[in-house]
Amino acid sequence: MSARLASIAFNTFREAVRERVLYNLIFFALLITAASVLVGQISIGIERIVLVNLGLSAISLFGIVIAIFIGIGLVWKEMEKRTLYTLLARPVRRWEFIVGKFLGLVGTLVVNAALMAVGFFAALYYLVHAFDRSDLHLLAALYFIILQFIVVTALALLFSSFSSPLLSAVMAFALFFIGSFAEDLRAFAQMSEGAARWLTVAAAHLVPNFASLNVIAQVAHQQPVSADLMLANTLYALFYAGAALCGAVLIFERRNLK
Amino acid sequence: MTASRSITRFFAALLVLCLVGSILTLRRLDRLRASATLEEVLYLPSARVLRYLSFGYTGLMANLYWTRTVQYFGRRHGERAARFDLLPPLLQITTDLDPHLVVAYKYGSIFLAQEPPEGAGRPDLAVDFVEKGIRANPDDWQLYYHLGFVHFIERKDYIAASEAFRRGSEVPGAHPWMKVMAAAMAQFGGERETARRLWTYIHQSTEDQYIRANAVKRLRALEVDDAVPRLEERIRLYHQRTGLWPESWNQMIVDGFLRGIPLDPLGLPYKLMPGGRVEVQKPEDLPFIRHGLPQGLAPSLFAVPDKANADKAKEQEKQ
Repeated sequence: MSARLASIAFNTFREAVRERVLYNLIFFALLITAASVLVGQISIGIERIVLVNLGLSAISLFGIVIAIFIGIGLVWKEMEKRTLYTLLARPVRRWEFIVGKFLGLVGTLVVNAALMAVGFFAALYYLVHAFDRSDLHLLAALYFIILQFIVVTALALLFSSFSSPLLSAVMAFALFFIGSFAEDLRAFAQMSEGAARWLTVAAAHLVPNFASLNVIAQVAHQQPVSADLMLANTLYALFYAGAALCGAVLIFERRNLK
Repeated sequence: MTASRSITRFFAALLVLCLVGSILTLRRLDRLRASATLEEVLYLPSARVLRYLSFGYTGLMANLYWTRTVQYFGRRHGERAARFDLLPPLLQITTDLDPHLVVAYKYGSIFLAQEPPEGAGRPDLAVDFVEKGIRANPDDWQLYYHLGFVHFIERKDYIAASEAFRRGSEVPGAHPWMKVMAAAMAQFGGERETARRLWTYIHQSTEDQYIRANAVKRLRALEVDDAVPRLEERIRLYHQRTGLWPESWNQMIVDGFLRGIPLDPLGLPYKLMPGGRVEVQKPEDLPFIRHGLPQGLAPSLFAVPDKANADKAKEQEKQ
């Protein structure tokens, strides 16, 4: 089983690389280089803050765009090219296909983010000339970004298991947008009353909480990220992605592929 | 049981487990990040930065910040807090993002002006804030009303309140009571000539019977407020010249200090009191007067003078 999963995951990674996904690294390199050179000339005192905000936001956004656009096509493309039938004719179960695709895309995103992180730290070093202990908080923000990728990839796969690529992309982006304001949504829920309260509470718990996974502004100001938050966010992202992935598997298991 | 069915059952169970797990961890996250929404505001204190980040959806962002403002105020108010440090920047960001969000100026000025724990206790900031709203929305007469309200209730600056109500009354579509408020404030603030001008204009221009009747009462009160100090001055002059306090108006008429018995606007003679004081006979029929009240009664802005108002005024003076 693990060999089959690894094989599907590796092939997904290879396919993503073949689709020139990693070209985004060139844009990222240009952006971060330009930012580190220019920011000192156009602002006073906030060079580091701007670079951290810009760099980490770019890593996050680039990854999310890739996760959605690649994720929504993972199932659909295999069906469109009819390669799925060849694959499922072998001793590969449908759930292995879904989970393998998920692991492959998450792996691609992690490699992509890691390469961008190297560029980001190089630019930061160029700007500040030395790292200090508080820069370790940046790693926490990067870790949370990877947790975001895990959730978004699972959601993209869930939507692609029953919908067209376009609709899946729209739903995934909408959910990402709403999830970025998840804490406000829960605050609205607390303020409403009656049936509206129950509905908003239910919605607030079903929408992914991307707000708590975004600590970029906090680490830009060299604020620490608590171990409690890291643990809770890790559990949350794994549970949420797990639920979305289970949903994708259940739908795909019952899907008529004829 | 087929392999497919067992897989379905396994993943269905896992789905439920993961959902429950995510909800439970979400609750933990909420506790960990109870004030995160507001802390983020500190990191983004510039409306200009937020405008860029909102990709042009500034209205939506302003609505979000207004909601956060209300949440922040509600939370601090619930905690009976003495300080509302984030309130001014939150209000500024909200209205910088959407200068036409009139509701933010109206309620924001109240939040800012009231004394803690009811508000931030910053009427000066409230005045600046509503003035900002008026600059952005000069056609909204209600903003002038709120400005006048802050001057009147929180700053006790009746002249400034009168000016705010007057400016608002000139906005097309303004409620007729804006003129009434302007006049009432001017009268209470001691600006009798302004008040007389405004009440006369209201009396002549209004078609509302109640407002007209009110204007008549106000003009009568102004007449009393003019007459009583003048009469008391004459009595003091009498005392200086004769060394005695007059016992009746006739005594003053005989000695050439008055031409006739002075009558109040109701046609009743003023009462000459011991010590040179002058009072009206029926204070209950002359509301709003500030002079000529029987001892123990305090002037009232809106109601007929009464004992309760007198006690309240004394208490305020002590404070």
